[in-house]
Amino acid sequence: MSFNLVLTVAGIGMLVGILAMLLNESGRKEMAQAVTIAGVVVVLYIVVQSMSQLFTLVKSVFQLY
Amino acid sequence: MEIWQIVGLALVVTVIGVVLRQIRPEIAIQLTILAAIIIFLLILGKVKVIIDLLQNLADQANISSYYLLIVLKIVGIAYLAEFGAQICRDAGEGALATKVEMAAKVSVLVLAIPIIAAILESLVRLIP
Repeated sequence: MSFNLVLTVAGIGMLVGILAMLLNESGRKEMAQAVTIAGVVVVLYIVVQSMSQLFTLVKSVFQLY
Repeated sequence: MEIWQIVGLALVVTVIGVVLRQIRPEIAIQLTILAAIIIFLLILGKVKVIIDLLQNLADQANISSYYLLIVLKIVGIAYLAEFGAQICRDAGEGALATKVEMAAKVSVLVLAIPIIAAILESLVRLIP
């Protein structure tokens, strides 16, 4: 289950990279920027979710409250 | 969980990260963060076993669990700070990483105050 997240993020990264490249080639610089930002936000959402999971787990294991 | 899973995950993430860094460096960093989180999540179950063992030993040796708790908290803080600082440094933010480490040192010192006080107290009791 957790390995899927890595593949998801890698896929989003590749997709965003290719899409931004295509948009850049066709002369739509602002659309390419928007796609890049959207990709970063989506990936950040995934990363922050699993990071909060990690932090709660660390807090419970090491009894940091 | 098992060592080969972790090594495989790390190798796959490394290869994907090298490719991704050339086209989208910002997403490559987030991929690294995610991989670090997943590896730690996989290993935390075993850490819990070790901590349980330590707690058992401390109970048998009649050491106050208060001190063990402090040590555990310090280990947790050190791990989390290292995690954050290492990622900042990977992303080229060395200054931020140093600040994170400094904050961790200060909070570890604050947690260690009771132990230092206890050591000083017993030293004072030893000296007539």
